[in-house]
Amino acid sequence: MPIYRAHVLVCRGTGCTASGSGEVFKAFREELAKKGLDKEIMLVETGCHGMCEMGPIVVVYPEGAFYCGVTPKDVPEIVEEHLYKGRLVKRLLYTMPEEMLKVPHYKDIPFYKKQHRIVLRNCGFIDPDRIEEYISRDGYQALAKVLTSMKPEEVIEEVKKSGLRGRGGAGFPTGLKWEFAHKARGDKKYVVCNADEGDPGAFMDRSVLEGDPHSIIEGMTIGAYAIGSDEGYIYCRAEYPLAIKRLRTAIAQAEEYGLLGDDIMGSGFSFHLHIKEGAGAFVCGEETALMASVEGRRGMPRPRPPFPANSGLWGKPTNINNVETWANVPPIVLNGSDWYAALGTAKSKGTKVFALTGKVKHTGLIEVPMGITMREIIFELGGGILGDKGFKAVQIGGPSGGCLSEQHLDLSVDYESLTGAGAIMGSGGLVVMDEDTCMVDVAKFFLEFTQRESCGKCGPCREGTKQMLLMLNAISRGEGTLEDLDKLEKLAQMVKEMSLCGLGQTAPNPVLTTLRYFRHEYEAHILEKRCPAKACVALIHYTIDPERCRKCGICARNCPVECISGDRNTPYVIDQDRCIKCGTCIEVCPFHAVEKI
Amino acid sequence: MPKIRNLEDLRKIKESAKDLTAARSGGRTRIIVGMGTCGIAAGAREVMTAILAELEKRGVKDVAVETTGCIGMCQFEPLVDVIRPGEPRITYGNVSPEDVPRIIAEHLINGNVVTDKVIGRTD
Repeated sequence: MPIYRAHVLVCRGTGCTASGSGEVFKAFREELAKKGLDKEIMLVETGCHGMCEMGPIVVVYPEGAFYCGVTPKDVPEIVEEHLYKGRLVKRLLYTMPEEMLKVPHYKDIPFYKKQHRIVLRNCGFIDPDRIEEYISRDGYQALAKVLTSMKPEEVIEEVKKSGLRGRGGAGFPTGLKWEFAHKARGDKKYVVCNADEGDPGAFMDRSVLEGDPHSIIEGMTIGAYAIGSDEGYIYCRAEYPLAIKRLRTAIAQAEEYGLLGDDIMGSGFSFHLHIKEGAGAFVCGEETALMASVEGRRGMPRPRPPFPANSGLWGKPTNINNVETWANVPPIVLNGSDWYAALGTAKSKGTKVFALTGKVKHTGLIEVPMGITMREIIFELGGGILGDKGFKAVQIGGPSGGCLSEQHLDLSVDYESLTGAGAIMGSGGLVVMDEDTCMVDVAKFFLEFTQRESCGKCGPCREGTKQMLLMLNAISRGEGTLEDLDKLEKLAQMVKEMSLCGLGQTAPNPVLTTLRYFRHEYEAHILEKRCPAKACVALIHYTIDPERCRKCGICARNCPVECISGDRNTPYVIDQDRCIKCGTCIEVCPFHAVEKI
Repeated sequence: MPKIRNLEDLRKIKESAKDLTAARSGGRTRIIVGMGTCGIAAGAREVMTAILAELEKRGVKDVAVETTGCIGMCQFEPLVDVIRPGEPRITYGNVSPEDVPRIIAEHLINGNVVTDKVIGRTD
């Protein structure tokens, strides 16, 4: 095998692929061949690096140079300058936004500095389509250790001691869950991986599935051994075609090597893994609905107990964990529970992956130790608020989570503190909002989502979310009353307490937390008929300042409903009755004469 | 593809796969070849090819072979630096492809600096 002196890693996660990394990869292949470097420089397709907004991302080792926004046109320069002559292509390096400093190395970028990558250890570092690369990074060593030297009870004990809790959102201790399934009676047992990631703005699980599929396969095989199962399912939404493709490749490779299937590594233990594609219903992330969907029935939840550990898939004992939880298992087994338990807080151990989105300078995928503060995440990793505007709130846990305000910035990020503040850890969506965001509008947005995704089986969720949404709509139109606020709060509480499954039980969280921390904004909509953030369309209007108007007519020409009139001699005016408040005029006016009031 | 039957099989695959990802982690012996215009004109490219061929011949995998731009000592090009972990950086000057096997065998593998070619040493 020839020695490769340098490795060019082109990100082929969904984000970078969308911004054209496929063409970049092709350009590298052609350029390297042209220069005769293809025998000494290895070209690798990897999973997500997390900094998707800077994509397509190319990392060159051994230096670890981090190039952002690479286009096929840049490729000849990188090959000639960096790979041939050893000079970094400075203009493509990552730039620190404040100091405008170029940062040559991957590990020095602030976005990565504070991260602690366990789940994402291989994402962006290995070629997910080559099992050998996973093996070269201690892959399948944990499985080998378990099969050759540990009893199932010992594996469970180790996971229990590590303090790992379910990363899907609820935070149930993983080891305990395994123990229930292990002790359940039955000759046939199943393990399931919940990869039905549905929160708006969340892409943690997708990145792990795409970037390091073998870590999930290994984790699940270890889990199956611990509970005594020989068959498993990965339930992945069909909207993740790349994740499914890479999983299929990974499963086939693991089977070929005898790391999956019958008599794994000659140990006598057998485990078969299937992929089940979901149709993208949010409720199918709920475990009982998920199992119904795997069985081919309509994805609807059912009351628990019986819990899946006793009666799950086809009535057999079943253990369900989320993608991130499974990916944590191999390193815990390999490095020991003490190593893992040393990270995090007293009750929340290890790390958590978050999808950081919204109004921050660096959006992307991050993995941080539990117990980090929201301030560190938003202002250090995220680089602060976009356009240096004021911070207003952060929504954690997606549509099931809550909105936290400035007072929570120094709150420790762990299961208990977040629940105490009315939010949840959730699967890891973090949406940052700036001062221009209307909190009534935010609550409405998330509730619209959960209301639409409600499966309709139980009354509180089906009817309750609908009524709550109607009230929110009225408030955002300026038609609400203070009485409505009390009614809304009461109804939200009721839906939370009486719904059948997690969807309904958490759907009111965005409403309840915004009411709790931003009540004054609701009151402004109701009492003053005013939207403080100028976001609720019904409560704003656009006017043209005649003093500043230079009568150029650009606004009138761009108005889609032609409701602006005027000419060279008379300042332009907007006909308020016909205006649809699209905001085009404010965007096109070169003299800033249009105002939003 | 042979089935993995035991720990030993897995270890073997890991060993042979090591250089797949090894170049992506630091902390190993580094060889740095000067690839400025001066270096290339003096034959640095041929030296680079000789280094890669020698490493492959000897099956040495844990080495990072890097390139760098002109550092100003153009009359001594081709320049080759060897840095073993925890040891000073040794700079060899006027390196020809014929010198390469000696530098790799004596310095890189056995740890004995090839003194007659050394022009610099940085701690």
